[in-house]
Formats: sequence, structure tokens, C-alpha cells
Amino acid sequence: MKALTWHGKHDVRIDNVPDPGIVNPRDAIIKVTSTAICGSDLHLYDHFIPTMQSGDILGHEFMGEVVEVGPKSTLQKGQRVVVPFTISCGSCYHCNKHQYSACPNGLPADNQDIARAAYGHEMSGLFGYSHMTGGYAGGQAEYVRVPFSDVGPIVIPDGVDDDKVLFLSDILPTGWQAAEYAEIEPGDTVAVWGCGPVGLFAVQSAFLMGAERVIAIDHFPRRLELARQFGAEVINFEESKVYEALMEMTGGIGPDAVIDSVGLEAHGLFVDNVIDELKVRTFTGTDRIHAIRQAIIACRKGGRVSMPAVYGGFVDKFPLGAFMEKGLTLKTGQTHVQHYMPALLNAIMEDKIDTTFLISHRMPLDEAPKGYKMFHDHQNETTKIVLKPGMTAAAA
Amino acid sequence: MSDIQTDDAPVTASKLAGAAEQVGIPDPHGDTLLARAVTINKPAQELYDFFRDFANLPSFMENVERIDVLDDRRSRWVVKAPGGRTVEWVAVVTEERAGKYIAWTSEEGADVPNSGTVTFRDAGERGTVVTATILYDPPGGVIGKVIAKMFQREPAIQARRDLNRFKQLMETGEIATPAKNREEFEEMGL
Repeated sequence: MKALTWHGKHDVRIDNVPDPGIVNPRDAIIKVTSTAICGSDLHLYDHFIPTMQSGDILGHEFMGEVVEVGPKSTLQKGQRVVVPFTISCGSCYHCNKHQYSACPNGLPADNQDIARAAYGHEMSGLFGYSHMTGGYAGGQAEYVRVPFSDVGPIVIPDGVDDDKVLFLSDILPTGWQAAEYAEIEPGDTVAVWGCGPVGLFAVQSAFLMGAERVIAIDHFPRRLELARQFGAEVINFEESKVYEALMEMTGGIGPDAVIDSVGLEAHGLFVDNVIDELKVRTFTGTDRIHAIRQAIIACRKGGRVSMPAVYGGFVDKFPLGAFMEKGLTLKTGQTHVQHYMPALLNAIMEDKIDTTFLISHRMPLDEAPKGYKMFHDHQNETTKIVLKPGMTAAAA
Repeated sequence: MSDIQTDDAPVTASKLAGAAEQVGIPDPHGDTLLARAVTINKPAQELYDFFRDFANLPSFMENVERIDVLDDRRSRWVVKAPGGRTVEWVAVVTEERAGKYIAWTSEEGADVPNSGTVTFRDAGERGTVVTATILYDPPGGVIGKVIAKMFQREPAIQARRDLNRFKQLMETGEIATPAKNREEFEEMGL
């Protein structure tokens, strides 16, 4: 089959690789009909995430048709499913608490050592996201082996277009969880750093959860415009001073809750960011954390910090003093996708949430390398690329 | 500093010399101590029963090639060693309490003298805490241990991975693998 494979920094290719098959009893094989390139795939593309190996198949946002099932799978051939990016067993202590991304049973034992050493604990397995998260083949391919298919994938009713439900796999639940972690109360003002897909879904979710005002911060005009369409006020950090703007817009109080959906590759020419960048380049640090610093400084006293953004390693100049003195609360973590999927599918079916606005490009799987380059180089216009393995170049 | 531990930490976490003598393994063999605990969301009796049938152990112990059950108390272990070799010993169950505890020691002539205990402690709604405590003589002394570590057959790493695989097998009915298909699985092994 054809698959998008990683070969090094800014080097991804379409390769012919062996077809997947059933290995464990609860497996299913999915024929991929739609798969998206995620902002966090760009961290792999930029080689910010360790433990990648040449030939790894990328992709953790995908859906498709069930074509083969193991004896313990509850899926049936022909069903259409969206697959959560976290590989979780559904029956361990963490899964029983709906902390699916903390499930240790989806991560092969041999791959647990690195996370144990780096984080103190192993996390769940993830599709297509380095060997630290299991070394599983991802969904930017014609077919994928899906473990724990009896508890992970959600069945999509007939007649519902892929584009409406694909983002249940990661970014919609991630944006929703980000807003939930902001513990929004009626009348609140919520500030969201980063208007990528997760940030935009967090804006949408925050309003649905009763936020009175949402202030979205970015520097890409196209993305700020999308946030504005959902009712957010926007700040372009290249035009305006973010802290000063937020203070004035909130009558000197600061936002009640702040959401960092930027993460370890923060953009912008700020002093701390330049120092972080230098440290990353000289291998004395891994993450650029300008957004979370600014969010903590701006957050009102006693406010909440929600951090869906991905961080991988160590940082310094973390404003721990501000965090302590102001009595802030921080909630973060990989998304517990399976916990949110059923309710969010219902919200989509009832037209309470629309996610299709995000898709700027649809292309055949063959053109995925071009898609990565576009998404990386042109973030203003390229809000989301969906790859369609069944699509031919002529139809694109 | 005294050699006697005064805190409540398990003796296996001790920084003090002489911890190996205090660990309480009946009929101890070996001078290198390791211990690992894992919580498994199943009743103690179910876990004990599976574990006590030693023929089951190679299904989650990666470097155990084969276990021949000789009689109710004795079993022959054939274990992969660095460099494509194998090492062997006969293990004898020295004490056991159904659903709670198994202790073993190796017989005379073992390639790697070893002894240990596995305890199954009820942890209420969280299931059962399974703790393996093992004393062994690393083959080839310190250098042998370094080489073993390079080949990822270092017993402490193996014990942790094996217990995690035990947990996966008992909780989910299968052991997680990134293999894309059967052929790749056969190449990778557990």
C-alpha cells in the first residue's frame, strides 16, 4: 500500500510499504477515506520530537471503512469509523476514570522506558507519533491497523460526510477539553493564544460553555478572521501589545481563563522567544514557550490556565513566581479523546458544532509531501489539509 | 550514616549497603537485588492462578525461551542471554500461599543463581499490587551486566517490561505491539 513516511527534517515521502494485517484479537483494519495533517505533525516535520525512525508512517487524525476485524473486535466490515489518536484499552484504572491518554496498556512495554525516564510514567500509545509513543504506523496511508477497535473507534451514521466528523479524531475534542479545563463560568472572559485548529475549536467551545467574551491572539490575519466569525475579539500580536491590550479590554482585571494552544514552536520576535530559540538551536533546551509565559502574566488573579498545547521537554524562565503569587490553576494533558467523542458526534449531528469551515485544502494522499510543505510554509492560507487516499490527482 | 534503614521506604529502594540481606527472601541465592511493583486491575486469585502455572510465563516474559514444568514445585527455565546464548536453571518453589505469595530459589548448578518472591496484594477497587523481588548473580559480574544492558537483557529492565506485559495481558487479553502485521510481529517478538 501507499503511505506517507518520515525520513528526516523536512523530508516526508510517499512510499510503498507492506499492507497491515490483524495481529491481536481486538484489532481491526481500516481503509482510510480521510486523514488530516495536524499542527503537531509539523513538530515531527521540523524534527522537534525525538525517537523518530526513517520510514515511520505519520498521521493520527484519520477515519475510514472497516475492512477486516479480529475475533474480539466489535466492529463490522463496512462500518465507517473515526479513530481516536490515543490508543487506549478501555478497561484499566485510568480508562475507567476516562483518563484515556494515560492508559499504559496501549504502549508496548519496550517503548515505555523512554517515557518512564523522561516523564516518570508511560503514557498511552499514539498513532504515527514517534517511538516514544509506541512506534505505531499512522493513518496517512491507504490502510491502518487499529488496536483495541472494540473500544476506540466511533461508528458514524450513514450519509454523514467525512469532513463533518473527521476532526473527532483529535482536534475537536482537544479544543473542547481545552475549554473544559478553563472551567468557564457565565460572564467570563477567556483569552486564547494561537488560532490554529485547536485554538479555533477552543474559541467555539468556550462560547458554547457560556463564556461572555473570547479574545483570540495570533498573527495570521486569515486565522484571526476565522476566530472573529465565531464571535471572538482578536489581537494581532504583530500590531498590538498583547498584555496591554488584554488589561485594557478587561478593565485592568485580566482574562478569567487563558488557553495556550500554541506550544513548543511559538512564533514571534520576543526577547524570551529569541533566547529559547537559541537554546533549542544549541541543544540546551527543547521548547519555545513564549505563549504560555505571556498567558500566565496576563491571567487574572485566581484565574485558570488551560494548556492543550504540546510540550516535549524542558523549559526555563517559566514564570513560577507569577503563577504562585496570583494563585493560578493549571490543567493540561493529552486529550482523553474517547471521553468526548460520543457527545461531540451528537453536537455535530444536531448542527451545534461545525468543523468544516476549517478545511482549506483537500488533496490525494500522493500529494501529502506537498501538503506538509504548504502547511509548514503558508500557515495563513493553509488552515487545514485533508488527504483523501481514494481521490485521484485529476479530481483534486 | 547508619546501615540500618529507619524510614518506611521499601528495602528495595534502599541506598544503604546490605539491603539484599534484609529483603526476606527464603533460602536466598544471588547478591544483586531488584524489585518492581505493578498494579493490575484484576482479583489477586485470578492473577496468582495464571502466574502459578509457570508454563504461562513465556507468553509475557520476552527473554524466557521455555519453561518445562518438572513437578508441582520444580521447573526448568531456559532463558535467552546476550550473544545468542541461553542460560538454564531449575527453580524450586520454596513457599507459597494461594492467591497471595510465591517464593522460589534456584537449585545447585544454576547458570545464573537466583531467588525471589512474587506477592499479590489486594488493592481494593484498583485491583491487585503485584510485586516481584529478585536476587540474582549477574553472569560475568559487573561487565556481564553492562553487556546485558547493551543488549537490553538487563534483568531490571526485563523485569519491568515483563510485569508491564503481564498487566497488559491480564487487563486487556493481549499484549500491545506496534507490529503492522503478523510477519512483522514474528520478526519483532514480544
